[in-house]
Amino acid sequence: MTYIKPNFRHPNLPVNDLGYRKSDYEGSISTLCAGCGHDSISTAIIDACFESCIEPHRIAKLSGIGCSSKTPTYFLGKSHGFNSVHGRMPSVATGANLANRELTYIGVSGDGDSASIGMGQFVHVVRRNLNMLYIVENNGCYGLTKGQDSATADVGSVSKSGNTNAFEPIDLVSTALQMGATFVGRSFSGDKDQLEPLIKAALAHKGFALIDVISPCVTFNNHEGSTKNYRRTREDVEAMPLDFVPMREEIKATYSEGTTKEVCMHDGSVIHLHKANVDFDVHDRVGALSAIQRCKEQGRILTGLLYMDPDSEDFHVALDTVNKPLSRLSEKELCPGSKVLDSINDGLR
Amino acid sequence: MRKLKSVNDFVVKFANVNGSGSASANHMFAKAIFRMGIPVSPRNIFPSNIQGLPTWYEVRVSSKGYLGRRGGVDLMVCVNPQSMAQDIKEVDSGGYFIYDSTKPLDIRLMRDDITFMGIPFTKICMREFKNARQQQLFKNVVYVGALAALLDLDFAVLKDLVGDQFKGKEKLIAPNVHAMELGYQYALENFSCPLDIRVERGGNIAPHILEFDHILMDGNTATALGAIYGGATVAAWYPITPSTSVVDAFGKYAQRMRIDPGSGKKNYAIVQAEDELSAMGMVIGACWNGARAFTATSGPGLSLMSEFLGLAYFAEVPAVLVDVQRAGPSTGMPTRNQQSDILAAAYASHGDTKHILLFPATPRECFDMAVEAFDLSERLQTPVIMLSDLDLGMNDWMSPPLEWDDDYHLDRGKLLNAEALEKAEQFGRYLDVDGDGICYRTLPGTHPEKGAFFTRGSSRDEYAVYTESGEEYVKNVDRLLRKFETAKQYVPEPKIKLAKTNKKDKKGNKLGAIFFGTTASPSYEALEDLAEEGVSIDTMRLRAFPFNRDVDDFINSHDKVFVIEQNRDGQMRRLIINECEIPPGKLVPILEYSGTPITARSIAQDIRQSLSTGGATVTTLHPELA
Repeated sequence: MTYIKPNFRHPNLPVNDLGYRKSDYEGSISTLCAGCGHDSISTAIIDACFESCIEPHRIAKLSGIGCSSKTPTYFLGKSHGFNSVHGRMPSVATGANLANRELTYIGVSGDGDSASIGMGQFVHVVRRNLNMLYIVENNGCYGLTKGQDSATADVGSVSKSGNTNAFEPIDLVSTALQMGATFVGRSFSGDKDQLEPLIKAALAHKGFALIDVISPCVTFNNHEGSTKNYRRTREDVEAMPLDFVPMREEIKATYSEGTTKEVCMHDGSVIHLHKANVDFDVHDRVGALSAIQRCKEQGRILTGLLYMDPDSEDFHVALDTVNKPLSRLSEKELCPGSKVLDSINDGLR
Repeated sequence: MRKLKSVNDFVVKFANVNGSGSASANHMFAKAIFRMGIPVSPRNIFPSNIQGLPTWYEVRVSSKGYLGRRGGVDLMVCVNPQSMAQDIKEVDSGGYFIYDSTKPLDIRLMRDDITFMGIPFTKICMREFKNARQQQLFKNVVYVGALAALLDLDFAVLKDLVGDQFKGKEKLIAPNVHAMELGYQYALENFSCPLDIRVERGGNIAPHILEFDHILMDGNTATALGAIYGGATVAAWYPITPSTSVVDAFGKYAQRMRIDPGSGKKNYAIVQAEDELSAMGMVIGACWNGARAFTATSGPGLSLMSEFLGLAYFAEVPAVLVDVQRAGPSTGMPTRNQQSDILAAAYASHGDTKHILLFPATPRECFDMAVEAFDLSERLQTPVIMLSDLDLGMNDWMSPPLEWDDDYHLDRGKLLNAEALEKAEQFGRYLDVDGDGICYRTLPGTHPEKGAFFTRGSSRDEYAVYTESGEEYVKNVDRLLRKFETAKQYVPEPKIKLAKTNKKDKKGNKLGAIFFGTTASPSYEALEDLAEEGVSIDTMRLRAFPFNRDVDDFINSHDKVFVIEQNRDGQMRRLIINECEIPPGKLVPILEYSGTPITARSIAQDIRQSLSTGGATVTTLHPELA
């Protein structure tokens, strides 16, 4: 890997509708291992944000601790970032979102961060339907501490040290569905064609959007005994291809009849789901859960958009907060003043 | 038999069963005395239970305006047979014991140095009221009526209070007043009323009390109001006694004062988190993003928040935490009082951390300091922990009215907006431009090109870029120390009161005393009692940590300094020893950690003993402290 990122960019690089170049969405150079799946996810995030035309400084990126949680440094360098505490990104993201509902929130977590130490916060942020994109970079192991099994490792998967995992994996996608998640997708870091539109759709969703991305660990979990190595993941993925057409764009692509399903989002954007081996309705929570389970029984990993509720109402709606960000309320709006205090005093006599 | 005699100076204690509806009747009794213009301080001493266990309510009446516990009981109202043996023992010699005489009193419990007065509460209520619930509830109201006659309370004031309490439920007023009259009449007919202990309007009330039109309020409510006035918009919390009523009150006031008039929507958000870790995370996230946010908790919650507190200290994110302390460690005694989170709060988290602490002593100070906590945490870009306690937080205290200056503006500290960023040549989040250790911060979403940075708990350079350079690390943590030094000039200064006469004790020592929070009231009282005995002690009431120069100076200018506090280990004493350049031996601990608030009598007694033996105090169990 290189340690120096060239500053040179071709002068004719395309700009998006806001006039930003893709380079405006990039971050520092990655310090992860060469070939790490996480870097592909970072690239997908960069591309998705560029194409979704979100102003970089209107995005806040948050993470917990672990390899995955290091990645926000490697994308969106013009955005504020917060690398918080292990397993606690959901609470920090919740507070941040409460303070300013106008920004776009991207949280990056890992399987250790979300399925073990942060399981409590994970399920509760799902329940609250916080308006954010929550990406789990799922490699089934703890990379930074050198390859211990995580809670998403499959039964029978062998770790680099040779231990065979005996414990049932936690499936974050199924868990999120059971907790009432309003947008749930799964993808594979090696399938950018699917991941990128999925991220775009998740960014357009109003509410909690989970994307669980299988992202093999090249250093500690890419050997033959692992169920999450590149080769097996590629083979086992039951991919449902999709495209995302934002509301402002005319639908150009045409597909032959019967091969595509259109899924409309609240803002008028459309997701095109292409024909896959597994057929189910993405508005049907129970159907999604059973499709995931059926695939699992066949040793397949179902990827794509698994569930979406187009009528989702986020946490702010539940709390009935004002439209203006709480962080921007004026002193006049916040402080009731001395006359009110005098009347409170009177009531206490 | 010698009977206690006093006008406006006595302690009444109610022994009840919790969940039996006694709280509101007892409160009405205390409030009636308050409305008669007589200083009163009620205290609820309750179990960690909802129904069926003994609970007490102690009402101190003090013409001099002493609001701490005095110690001892002059009149006990016993409605709970479970605790009767203990309650009888507790009455001061010459005092009074009122009991439910529906059943005869166990003769073995009788004492011949106190006056027993039986009133058949149960019998009266069975006779007068039909349903079981009323028969139970009105027992409480009957004894308040009886006390009105025995202690010479103004019956009209009590009737007004009944009216206030049942505003909106008017049909309950008549039966309540009736129950009160039943007790009143019974006492008049059966005892010589009033007793030798009684109240009297205007009777020898201390001038400093008459100066204000006092209010009666609990510290948690005052804290919540402070959060409203201080501009808090996000409250994230997890229920825990004794702090729960802070957020309850915040919600109640916010519903009245923080509704956007245009949309009818809320100018605030309250989140009941899944645990205290999450509550603290939300506060940090909200403050990072420019809102004023707070959480309220108690000891166990503080422990859970420790990791996050370290992050906020190191990453320099403002946060306000209200810790209403209770008796620990572990679950300890959740409904009993202590000041035992001092060290845990001061140094919460791993690594080299320290935090700003505030020690309110009155509801008025809870209000003022809550507002100040938000300013300080934004000015200093670090967590501020306000250490209240159960006694202050959950009991009603007589207090001068709350005041608000309409010219006050929130102090957002060194916060760069888009305009300032536009002008700035370079921005480094951790660049100490002004040399005071406090750097300039920006909020997410402020400027398209400038001011974005990465907040992290890992080491970084002045431009917020990750680094493991030892040099950069040291530069950064040394600056944090410099910031902590700067904090000394912003935090509330200690209140020093010099004794009227400047006399040394028999051994030639110049004496001082240090205390804080709810230990202050009974300490002032104890020291005034000692002054009458010729013992002259200067006092310093601590109001914040870090300690400023005054604290060192006070200790250095005295030969022996009593540190009075409510925990086993003398935590404030240890914090002082840790942080000040003073010889530890001159600090003598005076402690109370039984869970009931410290009394003036015990403080005076421990100091007397220490002065006569030259050091032996209640801490004899702990030789290293004595």
